[in-house]
Amino acid sequence: MSLPKSMQQPMALRVSSAGFLAFWCLLASFPIFWIAVMSFKDPVDAFAANPLDVIFGPETVATGRGLSIVSILVGMVALWYTFRLATTTLPRLVKQYSPPHLIVPGWIIGALVFALGFLIVFAGLLPPLLGAVNSVLGPLGKPILGLTTEHYSAVWFENAFYENFINSLVITVGVVTVSLTVGTLAGYGLARSGSSLAFWILIIALIFRALPHSVLVAGYLPPFINSAELLRPILGDAAPTLYGQPWAVIAVLVSINQPFTIWMLRSFFQNIPNELDEAARVDGCTHFQAFRWVIMPVMWPGVITTGLFSFLLAYNDYLVCSLLLDAQNQTMVPAIAGYFNRETTTTDQVEAVAAAVSIIAPLFLLIMIFQRQIVSGLTAGAVKG
Amino acid sequence: MNSKTFAAFVGPSIFLMLLFIAAPLISVFLQSFYLTQPVFETVQVETCTPGFPTQTCVTETKTQPILGDDGKIVTTVKYVGLESYRNVLEPDRAWAALKAFDIGALLTIDFWKALRFTLTFTLVTLPLVIGVGLAIAITVNNATRMIRGPIIFVSLLPFIITPVIGALSIRWLFIGDGIMTAFLEWWLARDISMFAQGWTIELLMMFYRVWHVAPFAFVVFYAGLQTVNQDTLESAMIDGASRWERLRYVVIPHLMPLIVFISLIHLMDSYRVFEEIVGFSSQAYRISLQWLTYDFLTPDDSGNRSISRASASAMLTMIGIVVLLVPLLRKTWRDHKGGKV
Repeated sequence: MSLPKSMQQPMALRVSSAGFLAFWCLLASFPIFWIAVMSFKDPVDAFAANPLDVIFGPETVATGRGLSIVSILVGMVALWYTFRLATTTLPRLVKQYSPPHLIVPGWIIGALVFALGFLIVFAGLLPPLLGAVNSVLGPLGKPILGLTTEHYSAVWFENAFYENFINSLVITVGVVTVSLTVGTLAGYGLARSGSSLAFWILIIALIFRALPHSVLVAGYLPPFINSAELLRPILGDAAPTLYGQPWAVIAVLVSINQPFTIWMLRSFFQNIPNELDEAARVDGCTHFQAFRWVIMPVMWPGVITTGLFSFLLAYNDYLVCSLLLDAQNQTMVPAIAGYFNRETTTTDQVEAVAAAVSIIAPLFLLIMIFQRQIVSGLTAGAVKG
Repeated sequence: MNSKTFAAFVGPSIFLMLLFIAAPLISVFLQSFYLTQPVFETVQVETCTPGFPTQTCVTETKTQPILGDDGKIVTTVKYVGLESYRNVLEPDRAWAALKAFDIGALLTIDFWKALRFTLTFTLVTLPLVIGVGLAIAITVNNATRMIRGPIIFVSLLPFIITPVIGALSIRWLFIGDGIMTAFLEWWLARDISMFAQGWTIELLMMFYRVWHVAPFAFVVFYAGLQTVNQDTLESAMIDGASRWERLRYVVIPHLMPLIVFISLIHLMDSYRVFEEIVGFSSQAYRISLQWLTYDFLTPDDSGNRSISRASASAMLTMIGIVVLLVPLLRKTWRDHKGGKV
């Protein structure tokens, strides 16, 4: 280290701060790690009082479901390569094959292909292959680490969790696209207009951001339930009942999210120099043309970040979806609440854990891929004021 | 940019916000003064059962909802003034409890119980979030560059994962003989059940909230630490300031605007505490203001939603938001007038 001696930290401080960091990392990741481990075990193991029993799962092994040493080694190597592929090869391929203005669809397609490949390799290819290898190997091929995916298959196929997944998918995709389209226009307008009207719009948006969502839902429910009658004079017999409609929930979530979106996008647009659109205007573009041809190609970092946060809001929402959608037709997060409320046997509980892990797995990938964007989004509003 | 282009850019967003945020607010305000009820009629029903020597007939009066032509229950809307607010606040009982200095009795009323919990929750977690966030930011800033990325990754986990699931994951550690309960029982050598009484659930809920929000504070403070003026730090050091003094007199004043920002966001968000109640299933012991409204809105056993009571409790929740926002708005207004924005 080239630091002068006076700047160096005393030993005690270094040790204690390293200890604190280690403790924090343990605290931050432990509950998530633990439910992931639980979800793969027999109920007896998952709720065992001895942590080692939960990790190694003797009961699960006793029934012949588990990983042998060879499987673990092969699995770790495969995981390492997946990780390398995700962090180095995937970004390069996406950059190479998608034209610059289509980088977002490129990423989405890339991520989907990657996820599909991951599923094929880890769920379809490796288990039969390793099963065959293990049966040849003898003692080395004996399972030592209990692992069963039966709770996942119970949740996803028997209990039709994929229906909730599709609902979640529809709602999140809808919210992200609509709120970005509307929000980008508004954010750009607000960033480029110095008028005091723009200032007041932002302040009112800030007030709207603070509103509890239940207050708003209390306002939606009666008109949504009666909307067929309310809208009949305008729309005739085609008037829909808004309650229980996914697109009504999309509209609601987009609007609730709008204040946050325009604040964030505005701060990103302010970082794009004004001279850029002025130059385009001098060349004869209208404001819209300038926006379309000059600003849009350079605005993607901000839009991706804001899109991530819109995604999180729609994906994580419990309150709005559970009140405005039918109990039979829920998104994933409210659906899981139904799970753990009816949990009667321990198997039900472990299935609830498996459902919970299924919900957070995509988020885990999301942080892995977009860590930088998330950090820049968190600090965008704060540091620049 | 002239006002017409501005309107075209901002229009759709404003329209959505007016339709789905401003209009519901007004309608909630109006709903809280009205009560929608099914219309009941009283009918004389004569039921006869075969008997000896004659039939036994009983005539009784029954109240039943009137069905309209379309087979639905006919409802009326009635102006009830502050009746719904009275139903939520129960001022008579609350006042009697206050006069007798009986806090326990006051807290048997749902609204006051929810208010008590929401305020305690907000005020206890606020300093913890700031403190923990700041501590992590400073230690990460001191750590070697190589491990910063992985630490930020791990730290983001509690912040990004679905709040309900986050709460659940902590609940599963403690539920029944979960490993944390087992560990605590071994450590303290006594029987522990975390979900049998209110205060332990409350502690877990606060722990969850700090765990969930501290990463956000950390990331913001960490970004702020990158912009600390190194020259000032150096001159403080030459003047003989210790590590602690440098932190106290140089770094923290520099981060002050960020601390205010985090506090505001945290106040707004934890005042809306809701997911913890769902995740920890604590409604039997602890409820929050937002959960109270949610509960009124959920259909009860007979399928009715008490919309007017929900509206009244929503409006009462709003008062708290206004109190929170007034200082902020006054400051913004002063800045705006002073031309600082």
